[in-house]
Amino acid sequence: MKKRIFSALLISALAVSALTACGGSSSAKKSGQTLTVLNYGKYIDESVVKQFEKETGITVKYEEYESPEEMYTKYKAGSINYDVICSSEYMVERLINEGEVLEEDYDAMDNYKNLDPTILDMSASYDKNHTYSVPYFYGTLGLLYNKTTIDAKTVSSWNCLWDPTYEDEIIMENSVRDTFAPALISKGYSLNDTDENHLREALDILKKQKDDKIVYAYYVDETADAMIGEEASIALCYSGEAALAMAENDNLDYSVPKEGSNLWIDSWFIPKSCTNQTNALKFLNFLCKDDIAEKNFEYVQYASPITSVVENQDADVKNNEAINPSSDTIKRCEIYKALSDDDSAKYTKLWQELLSY
Amino acid sequence: MRKFKQQFLAGPYLIWIIGFILLPLIMILYYAFTNGDGSFTLSYITAIADETNRKAMGLSLRLGIICTIVCLVLSYPLAMILNNMKIKNQGLVVFIFMLPMWMNFMLRILAWKLLLSKNGVINSILTGFGLSRINIINTPTAVVLGMVYDFLPFMLLPIYNSMTRIRKDWIEAARDLGAGNVTIFLKIILPLTVSGIISGIVMVFVPSLTSFAISQVLGGGHVLLIGNVIEQDFMQGMQWNAGSGLSFVLMIFVIASMTIVNIFDKEGEGTSIC
Repeated sequence: MKKRIFSALLISALAVSALTACGGSSSAKKSGQTLTVLNYGKYIDESVVKQFEKETGITVKYEEYESPEEMYTKYKAGSINYDVICSSEYMVERLINEGEVLEEDYDAMDNYKNLDPTILDMSASYDKNHTYSVPYFYGTLGLLYNKTTIDAKTVSSWNCLWDPTYEDEIIMENSVRDTFAPALISKGYSLNDTDENHLREALDILKKQKDDKIVYAYYVDETADAMIGEEASIALCYSGEAALAMAENDNLDYSVPKEGSNLWIDSWFIPKSCTNQTNALKFLNFLCKDDIAEKNFEYVQYASPITSVVENQDADVKNNEAINPSSDTIKRCEIYKALSDDDSAKYTKLWQELLSY
Repeated sequence: MRKFKQQFLAGPYLIWIIGFILLPLIMILYYAFTNGDGSFTLSYITAIADETNRKAMGLSLRLGIICTIVCLVLSYPLAMILNNMKIKNQGLVVFIFMLPMWMNFMLRILAWKLLLSKNGVINSILTGFGLSRINIINTPTAVVLGMVYDFLPFMLLPIYNSMTRIRKDWIEAARDLGAGNVTIFLKIILPLTVSGIISGIVMVFVPSLTSFAISQVLGGGHVLLIGNVIEQDFMQGMQWNAGSGLSFVLMIFVIASMTIVNIFDKEGEGTSIC
């Protein structure tokens, strides 16, 4: 008898942890018109969605995902017809290349003129004629550092990442391209380089960095927390995350090294699975409205491509490099190009070689 | 009629097996033995011999074995102490050991991360007393610690269960016939708990061999287990075929370890009963 109780306890403990692991999905009402939206988690002010529903009478089925790769899998599974999706530029490019994105006349949208032309120019790298996507938020890859131990001059160059003085003090990104980018740039190559020899050279620096015990950890989501807790002095991370950490700890600051870095743009696009393009365009037009973009900025705190949002900010927010990259910074940055399957496999292989080193 | 009813009741379970066990298995097999174009290949299976994968597999095996041994060494005496305790409600004591399992295991691992980190709770206390810090976060040691912490109940319970089944009068009889403590332990207690030890080993070794979340959180990217390689193949690199190939190899390792254990188990039971 006793045994049975224990195994029951064991099973229930397992079941509880299994259940909490998978989240529930929300269902929407079937009445009237609907719009199925797929976006990153916590990437929109919920009141914005409510307001859109109220103003247009369209019911929004809102779904979220964590990583672009997860979005790709979700979209390709085809069980849900998404009307409009937001993702990172390299994933948008991949889907454009695969012919999964519909061409639209975004220029005809009422609020398209609100978009910052500088960012639109940058987005030409993956959407040449601006017919496939609408920028939503953007930012840079840079160094978040602790002012008490590191001076600004040190982090003005990527070379500080390879300096053995910072033993156990540097956090790198646990994602292949973001960690290879500074190594490639330090070697004088583009962060979109796919030449095997160049990648090998970059890998050698990264291996040496690991050998010299400079790397405290390879983190993604934990970077901000670790830096707030002052576990390391320098961290490679995205501007938005840096801004979040800086708001929590006044000792932190953010720098985009002079050699250049990555500029990322998260963009909306209308996929082939869209069932109602008019409604999807209505939604995108709504997001480009000044007051709506303002609301979303207040919630997300990343750089908004809507000109008026930046204009209305206080000077300290406006000049915060971790929120709004200056035009100088943007000029020396490069956008990731989508990798072919072969190149992607090549990168993954080198990355695993580094991690198991 | 009754037979039909019984079969009918098994229906949902059958659907479960087909939908959530058989179909995914077939899909993994399909991906593992084909390349992107859908033609047959063995390259994803032989990829286990690549240096990276071999290292990751070796590390997984090593940490899995260490974790299992530590769990066994900790659990066995503990089970004996629990079993010999002269309190009325032993169930309560075991229940207390089970209690942490009611919390999600990821949460508990994240808590360990906070405890162990460079400026974490443990190091703050140590430096407060003027002692030196312990820097085990982001090392294999931290990963083993996390695994042991998570999987210990899976070792303790089967051993404890097999111990409660040993009748006290057998031990008294042995004592009457002049057996010392060591003899009683070696001739009675150990042989009768072999089945518990065996199932404990399987229940600890298999999850620690295949785990990837613990090494992710407590290893800080420095500890690459085979589970992490597979996870990256699927989630970051979108290399479904490569991931499936390694999953298949990992399954072989799991099945092999269970088979070995089963052989020992039969021998163990054979000697203990006769």
